[in-house]
Amino acid sequence: MIQARNRGGLEKPPSYHCGGGLLNRRARLSHYLFFMLPAVALLAFFVIYPSVRTIYLSFFDESGRPTLNNYVEVLSSRDTFNPSGFEKGFPLGTLLHNLIWIGIHLPVSVLLGLLLAILLRNMPSSSFVKSVIFLGMVMPMIVGGVMIRFMFDKNVGVVNLFLQPFGIDSRTWTAYPDSALFSLIFGSIWLWTGFSMVLYSAGLETIPKEYYEAAQIDGAGRLRQFVAITVPLLKPITTVVVTMTLLWELKVFDIVYVATMGGPGGASNVLALQMYTYAFREFNFNRSAVVAVIITVSTLVASVPMIKSSLAQE
Amino acid sequence: MMMKRKTVLKLIRIVAMWLVALVWILPFIGVFMTAIRPMDEILDGWWNFKEFNPTLENFAKAWAHPTASLAQGTRNSLVVAIPATVIPLLVATMAGYGFSRYDFPSKKLTFILVILTLALPQQMIAVPVFQILNAFGLVDRYLGLILIHSAWGIPWITFFMRNFFSTIPRNIEEAARIDGASDFLVFFRIVFPLALPGIASAAALQFTWVWSDFFLALITIYSPNKLLATQRIPLMRGVYHVDWGLLAAGAIMVMVVPLLVYVVLQKQYVKGMVGWSLK
Repeated sequence: MIQARNRGGLEKPPSYHCGGGLLNRRARLSHYLFFMLPAVALLAFFVIYPSVRTIYLSFFDESGRPTLNNYVEVLSSRDTFNPSGFEKGFPLGTLLHNLIWIGIHLPVSVLLGLLLAILLRNMPSSSFVKSVIFLGMVMPMIVGGVMIRFMFDKNVGVVNLFLQPFGIDSRTWTAYPDSALFSLIFGSIWLWTGFSMVLYSAGLETIPKEYYEAAQIDGAGRLRQFVAITVPLLKPITTVVVTMTLLWELKVFDIVYVATMGGPGGASNVLALQMYTYAFREFNFNRSAVVAVIITVSTLVASVPMIKSSLAQE
Repeated sequence: MMMKRKTVLKLIRIVAMWLVALVWILPFIGVFMTAIRPMDEILDGWWNFKEFNPTLENFAKAWAHPTASLAQGTRNSLVVAIPATVIPLLVATMAGYGFSRYDFPSKKLTFILVILTLALPQQMIAVPVFQILNAFGLVDRYLGLILIHSAWGIPWITFFMRNFFSTIPRNIEEAARIDGASDFLVFFRIVFPLALPGIASAAALQFTWVWSDFFLALITIYSPNKLLATQRIPLMRGVYHVDWGLLAAGAIMVMVVPLLVYVVLQKQYVKGMVGWSLK
C-alpha cells in the first residue's frame, strides 16, 4: 500500500465529469445516489444521528430541560476524579486511570515496536517471530483480557514465576487496588505492541538502502544514521501508530471488563467502562452521555494530526 | 577481525530475537497447557510436568457448557459475522469507488465525515442506537446487531477501498466506457473483479472485528441462548472460583476463528492493517 502510494501519488487524473451541462448534472446525481446513498444512509441512521443524539442527551436532564448539571455531576464525581486517592491509593478516578494508561503504554509500545521492527529486520525466521508478537492483535480483546488475568494469577500465572527469584511473593496482581491497573497496562503492552511493530516493519522496507550507503560513505555512524534517516522518514508512520494507539487507550473496554470489571473498588475503572455502567447498569442515560462525549472529544483531538495528513493528500 | 565482530553482533541479535519470541509466546503456551490438562495438575502452575495427562475434556466441557455453550455461541457469532461482513463490503466498496472516480458537490464534506467516524468510540452511539433498535423491535435480535456492525464498518472500508481503487489503472474502465458500457455495468463487470484482492483484505479484517466484538453485542443481545461467542467467555468465569481449564479452553476456541482467518489470509490481513491506516 505504501509502495502503491509512492507510485501513484504524483499524477492526479481528472475526474470523469468536468463540464457542468444539464445532462452531466443528472448523471452526477444518479451516480451519487447509486454509489453513495446506501453507505450514507446506513451511516446517518446508525452512526451520525446517534452521535448527535448523545451530545443532545448530555445537555438535558431526565425531564427534558436543558442543563449543564450532567457535566458538573460527572466531572465532580469520584468515579471520574478522586483526589483523595493520592493519599489513600487507588482508585484515582477513570480520567486519571486512562491518562496513566496513556502515559505508560503509549511510549513503551511505540518504542518497543520500533525497536523490534529494527531487531527483526532481515533476520532468518523473523516472520514467524513477528506473527507470534502480532497474535495479540489477531485475537478478540475479550480473550486478551482473559489471558492478562491468567498471566497475573497467583497459582497459574507466569508473571509470579518470573518474580519469585527476586523475592516477591506470589499474588493475583489484578485483584489488589495498588497493582490492578498496572497489571492491565503491562498486559496491554504485550497485546498491542504487534501493531506498531508491523507498521514500522512495513515502513522500514520503504526506506531506500542507498540513503544508508551514502551516509556511511560520509562517515555517519549507526546512531547518526538512525537519527538522521530512519526517524524522520518514519514520521508519517509514527503519526499513524501514535494516533491509533492513543485511540485504543482512550476506548479500552473489553480487557478491563473481563479481567477486573474495573475493580477492586474501581481501582482499574476506565472511561469506557464507566460509560457502560452509567448507561446499562444504572440507566442514567444523561450522565453516560457526558462520559461518551468526554471520550469522543479526546479521541477527536487525538486524531487531528491524522486527519490533517489525510486531507493534505486530497 | 571485522568479520568476527559482525558474526558476534548477528549472534546477539538472534539470541535477543528468540528471547523476545519466548516472552511473547509464553502466555499462549500457558493457556494451551492449562486447557489440555486436568485441574489438579495445573494448581502449582502449568509449567510443572511431574504428571502430564493431556485431555480434551476441557474443550468438550466448554463446547457443551450448560449455561454458556460455545457450540451455540459459535453458531450465533457466524450468523452475525457473515452478513455483517458482506453487507458493509458491498455498500462501502461502491462508496469507495465513488470517492475515487467521481466528483460530487459534497465530496470533501463526506470524506471528512468518514475520517471523523473512524475516530468515534462505540460508547458515543450506544444509548441512542439501543433506543432506535428498541423503537423498531430489534433489541435482542441479530438483524439489529448486523445493521449496526454494517454501519460501523462502512467508514474504514470506504476509506480502504478508495485507496485501493486509486491504485487500479483507469484505462480498462475507459475502454469499456468507450465501447458503450454504462457506469454501473462497468462497476459490476470490470471494477468489482479487479478489486477482489482489496475486498479480500477488507473482508478478512471486518469479519475478524465483528467476530471479536464484545461491546455492541453486550448492549444489544440479552437472551442466554442468543449470546454470541465472545459474550460467553466472561460467563465461563465463575464468581468465586475460576475454573482455569474451562476458561482457557473457551478462550482458545473463540480465538481459533480469527486466528484461522489470519493464517489463511495473512498477507491480505497485514496489508489491510497497514493499508487502511497508512493513508
